[in-house]
Amino acid sequence: MKTSLTHQLWTFPGGIHPPERKDLSNQVAIATLPLSSVYRVPIKQHSGAAGPIIVSPGDKVLRGQPLTAAELPGQLPVHAPTSGTIAKIGPGRVAHPSGLPDTLIEINADGADQRQTLEPIGDYQAFSAADLITRITAAGIAGLGGAGFPTAQKLNQQRPLEALIINGVECEPYITADDRLMREHALDICRGTMILLHIVNCERAILAIEDNKPEAVASFTAVLNEFPAIELRVIPTKYPSGGEKQLIQILTGRQVPSRGLPIDLGFLMQNVGTAYAVARAVEHGEVLDQRVVTVTGENVDKPGNYWVRLGTPVADLLAHTGFRAEPQQRVIMGGPMMGFTLPDLTVPIVKISNCVLVPSTQELEPAQTEMPCIRCGACADVCPAQLLPQQLQWLAKAKDYDGLEQQNLFDCIECGACAYVCPSEIPLVHYYRKAKAEVRTIAREKAQAEVARQRFEARKERLEREKQERLERHRQAAEARKKAQAEAQQQGAPNPQDAVQAAIARAKARKAALAAAKAKQEDDSSA
Amino acid sequence: MTFKLAASPHTHQKRSTQQVMRWVYLCMIPGIILHHYFFGAGVWLQMLLALIVGLSAEAIAVKLRGRSIRTVWRDHTTVVTALLLAVSIPSLAPWWVISIGMIFAIVVVKQVYGGVGQNLFNPAMAGYVVLLISFPVQMSSWPLATELAQQRVDLSTAASLIFSGYTPAGYSLEQLRMGVDGLTMATPLDALRNGLTAQFTTPEIFASQAIFGAVGGIGWGWLNLAWLAGGLILVQQRIISWHIPVGVLLGLAVPAAIFQLFNPDTSIPVSIHLLSGATMLGAFFIATDPVSAATSNRGRLWFGLLIGVLVFIIRSFGGYPDGMAFAVLLANMCVPIIDKYTQPIAYGHGGKS
Repeated sequence: MKTSLTHQLWTFPGGIHPPERKDLSNQVAIATLPLSSVYRVPIKQHSGAAGPIIVSPGDKVLRGQPLTAAELPGQLPVHAPTSGTIAKIGPGRVAHPSGLPDTLIEINADGADQRQTLEPIGDYQAFSAADLITRITAAGIAGLGGAGFPTAQKLNQQRPLEALIINGVECEPYITADDRLMREHALDICRGTMILLHIVNCERAILAIEDNKPEAVASFTAVLNEFPAIELRVIPTKYPSGGEKQLIQILTGRQVPSRGLPIDLGFLMQNVGTAYAVARAVEHGEVLDQRVVTVTGENVDKPGNYWVRLGTPVADLLAHTGFRAEPQQRVIMGGPMMGFTLPDLTVPIVKISNCVLVPSTQELEPAQTEMPCIRCGACADVCPAQLLPQQLQWLAKAKDYDGLEQQNLFDCIECGACAYVCPSEIPLVHYYRKAKAEVRTIAREKAQAEVARQRFEARKERLEREKQERLERHRQAAEARKKAQAEAQQQGAPNPQDAVQAAIARAKARKAALAAAKAKQEDDSSA
Repeated sequence: MTFKLAASPHTHQKRSTQQVMRWVYLCMIPGIILHHYFFGAGVWLQMLLALIVGLSAEAIAVKLRGRSIRTVWRDHTTVVTALLLAVSIPSLAPWWVISIGMIFAIVVVKQVYGGVGQNLFNPAMAGYVVLLISFPVQMSSWPLATELAQQRVDLSTAASLIFSGYTPAGYSLEQLRMGVDGLTMATPLDALRNGLTAQFTTPEIFASQAIFGAVGGIGWGWLNLAWLAGGLILVQQRIISWHIPVGVLLGLAVPAAIFQLFNPDTSIPVSIHLLSGATMLGAFFIATDPVSAATSNRGRLWFGLLIGVLVFIIRSFGGYPDGMAFAVLLANMCVPIIDKYTQPIAYGHGGKS
């Protein structure tokens, strides 16, 4: 196993080179957004369950104070982004493609921005992995690359690691949040990486950066001689190199088994932003209450990267950056390949929001009408998962779920490369998402039906068993009675049967006597 | 204010189906020009007729199906079908030949199956086969390459022949097909086929017929090179992948070379196979029709090989001098099974972790 990570780089099949447009937003340093008056903090900002709310309306909170608790594995706390008063707790629109509401905690800022921090940990090596994982959970850290999986849960594995991979690829066009963070905070990212290595008890970290970010590479080469455990790999620019599975293939030439995890190959991947957040949480006691967000697109005057407190409404962010809406404006949270459009601007920035993109119609032309598939196969040529997107599309439209399963629908990473090249402008990813949801629904319904069936059969069995038991009890009771009688007879007691016979005999005798008397009377009267 | 909602990705490479098709017919230009040079102006009239009949037939079919004509015409697939059929048939064939072929190709082969993307068979080749079976005389009456003919076929001669059957001077097509020596002449593949059937050896046939002056036969060799040139541009522009053309050419050349090696006197030479008849047109422009071809690149290679081998078999042992159209249709039928056995191994399914 130790042989698979050499300096050699591999490639993954397919991939595309869409216009990057990164220079639109990576020219200036990360700026800080002025405080908002109202923050809307969703209680669920990671992939997993929300923790229970531990504040109530009217409470005064400080910046960094937890608003929810993490009681069960998979739960993560969210924190107040500034000091103020809890205005209300209730449903509101959150950053989710569905546009469905979720519970938000609304905070009226008091403007003082008073902060509370956790106790800084000076020498992390003196602490156990368990203690540090507790700290990372308390700081509310989730994977900042996009998926938002709780970092503590990912670190909390017992299997040996070959290497920790730090993902600084940022392959999605337009987004430069990680790029700027790497340029400006390379040292903190390295320190975070060392803490992560200590936690997972591993001695080797690979930092991967795409070769379109030479400045980020330069800032690391300046500090990396202090960190011999961290190796830098500059990989060729191609979308989607930053996908977890694709990056592992690039670095090792190996594939994560379908439905498996990188840990199955001895790897663990964390985003550079996550490593930074870990360093801040451990060494400075700062919880995750802000992140770098790229604001870009031709319809903002001041594109760039901003430190944005979690819970800041997108409206405030765009107002500060000089947003000019055009008719049919799209506001995209995330990048042009995998981001989703927002229905309105009340949606708050959360842990996984890395970009807000407001393109003009000219730069990102809206999708045209879908034309029929001509089976040109351009989609299959670019698919990094080696699927046949056009076959999946026919099967998805035909709702052939077995066929979709056979064509490995669930290995699709929804990168959008197929839809990007499709000459018929078929929204392929949209069809796959829908089909996946349908397959999941069917599986869930099947599971529910199975549970119902099992319950029904268990009940039927129980009733039958109870009936049999009842009959058996009756039989046993009858036998016991008979036995008792027989025993009693043996001991000289009168047979109850004899008593009955005697009673019958008595009755017959009485009848006979009556009949005789009657006959005698008749004889007398007739005489 | 509310905003426009859209599904990701929000960016799109600007190459539409229409642009793909436009590349295909732009790359046909060298072939069409040489076609004109060697076989006269008839090809222009055939293309015009094919376009008019094809687009009209499509409009009626689409209207009957209750769809929008504009969106169907917009993809330009019918233009490509029309041009391919027009250059495949003899350029002085009567007007009703191309008309019947186009109506069959567009209405029966394409629209009845549900329009572009749904047809099982290559429309141009299905139309061609219908014509070949129904009208064998008209479909094998290729005009003589200009260098051998007594008179050039200009536009008015071609129009007159196509619409009335006679030139303005009163010659019939048969008379025009007489060579300098006053004999009716066949295409190179025809001549070889007839000669070999009549127990002549290949060198004897070459020596006896004036049509074999150049590689692949006079006219035909250059025409095939022109289709090859256009086809290479298509590959270079990534309009088509190399798999199908390479498959077709290998599938044809390898068995042909083996036979030539062992039976040089009774087999068609590889050079004639590759540079005569419909070989290059078929390999680069016809077999590469994505709709009716295999899906994966590996499948496309097999699909191409199958076509090449079938062309070789039909030319060597079958009842027709050329077999591209039959080979393509037979391979179209095999596409589902090719697809089934050439599905690429998806990420993470390789077994070697």
